[in-house]
Amino acid sequence: MRILVMTKPVPDPAANAERLGANLRLDRAASPTVVNGNDEYGLEAALQLVQAHGGEVAILTMAPATGVETMRKALAMGAMSGVLVADDALAGADIPTTIRVLAAAAATQAWDLLIGGLDTSDGAGGVVTAGVAARLGLPLLSAAARIEPDPAARRVRVQRLSAKGHDLLEAPMPAVISATQALGTPRYPTLKGIMAARTRQITMLTLADLGADMLPIGGQWPSRVLGVLPPPSRAAGRTVTGDPAAQAREIADYLADQRII
Amino acid sequence: MPATLLVVGEVADGRLARLSAEIASFAVGLAAAGGGAVVGLIVDAAPDLAAQEFAAYLPRVVSVASGAVADGVWAPHAAAEARRLVDEGVTHVLASVTNDGRDVAGLLCGGLGWGILANASAASWDGDAIVVEATVLAGKAIARSTVDAPNAIVTVRAGAAEAMELAKSGAIETRVPVGVPAVPAAAVLDRVAEAGAEVSLEEAKVVVVGGRGVAGPEGFGLVDELAALLGGVTGASRAAVDAGWIPYARQIGQTGKVVRPALYLSLGVSGAMQHRAGMQGSQNIVAVNRDPDAPIAEIADLFVIGDLFEVGPALAAELRARRGG
Repeated sequence: MRILVMTKPVPDPAANAERLGANLRLDRAASPTVVNGNDEYGLEAALQLVQAHGGEVAILTMAPATGVETMRKALAMGAMSGVLVADDALAGADIPTTIRVLAAAAATQAWDLLIGGLDTSDGAGGVVTAGVAARLGLPLLSAAARIEPDPAARRVRVQRLSAKGHDLLEAPMPAVISATQALGTPRYPTLKGIMAARTRQITMLTLADLGADMLPIGGQWPSRVLGVLPPPSRAAGRTVTGDPAAQAREIADYLADQRII
Repeated sequence: MPATLLVVGEVADGRLARLSAEIASFAVGLAAAGGGAVVGLIVDAAPDLAAQEFAAYLPRVVSVASGAVADGVWAPHAAAEARRLVDEGVTHVLASVTNDGRDVAGLLCGGLGWGILANASAASWDGDAIVVEATVLAGKAIARSTVDAPNAIVTVRAGAAEAMELAKSGAIETRVPVGVPAVPAAAVLDRVAEAGAEVSLEEAKVVVVGGRGVAGPEGFGLVDELAALLGGVTGASRAAVDAGWIPYARQIGQTGKVVRPALYLSLGVSGAMQHRAGMQGSQNIVAVNRDPDAPIAEIADLFVIGDLFEVGPALAAELRARRGG
């Protein structure tokens, strides 16, 4: 079984240093970069699946050429190879373009499952993996909490998070899956893995390798940020001390004032 | 050309999702501001009741009875029906920020190539172009974005508008399904309910949240008790989820649910930035924490310094006493 995992380099949420540059695009130099969290859960699940069923995991990234550094982290976890789509013309690419490019790049590879994060911590649109499924015309198994392929039968089952619990889905392979944190904690790369990652192949692709019609007509992204506002400030709150019964009364008084009780 | 906005409704147990009613009113307000039309879409195995409920908020609802969604995933069918309405002149598609809504938005974006504006909390017009506000950068800023095109897909967050019924219910048009889903629809073999998950976190008016301070799965008994007394739903911080005390579906924050309830009440939640990204839009924030320096104090309307295992039961007793029982 071969699993291709889409891994996006994003600003490290733990560094808490995300900011926009002067062009109102994400300033990617402002923050250390990591593999997007939901992509990493998908990668961990993929690595466990090939351990159980045989095969290998590859990764697919669309990013500036510096994306190689973040891809090495994913290779160090155990992915065997990578594909990086890097092209200056993709700087600031909008979501429909990202979808077209990732789908075309995924189509250059052979795989049984294509996994992407449910959403990314920087863009947070949560639509790219579904969009790629639409471009490829393949079943979408989204919000996965558990992935159970049956390679012999060429089918895959996924527990999909629902409002009430989960739904058990089944589709033929190849299929597209969006990954969530419920898949489990990603492994830390071992020293051996980090060493091995240095020599694993990352295939570089440009738009010229992906066929025509990747970019919008005129080359301008129709989507753009007009401006940025600070989040609404909250009035200074009140601190409540004292004995628990008095504190409870004060909370209840507040809730009554706000017509919540 | 005047816009025609399509609101993709969601159905839970035969009823219209509350969030869909909000987005309907959001769209009606937006159309009124720009002189456009609005149509709602309901796709369900038994759509009649939800379509009626949707029509209370919208001048026109297309209702599709699709047997295929009884035992197949919904989004590819809903996207195919939305696509038919696009072919008939819809210029903008509005979907919910839910797993289903994002799936529909993504499938349409991949199929149509339209620009997409995600996580809208407000919207307006600049000529033909829609302009939305959305929280970005883990809650550090609100971005105003647009698509310079007469078409766009917008995903809309809970709380973007109050659901407001129209003076007169809209017309309902029933249709037979397109029949061909946007992508092959995965089969649904089983739908598993987990205890206590009946009301979705995003739609709850009151959310009571347990963090690291609740110290174990038993501690969520107190969180659940307060949630029940306040007519609310239990949520959790990532620390509590990572510890395995409560399922991920309850997680609030950047990698979990984003909630904007009338009341957010937390017990033992420190309030890291990643958590705040999921709750700072709440109308009222009450936080109980024994650490006077917990970051959640910065955004709490009421910051209660104390042991949650003393304040929590005292609050439960106080709420019971005020209810007269």
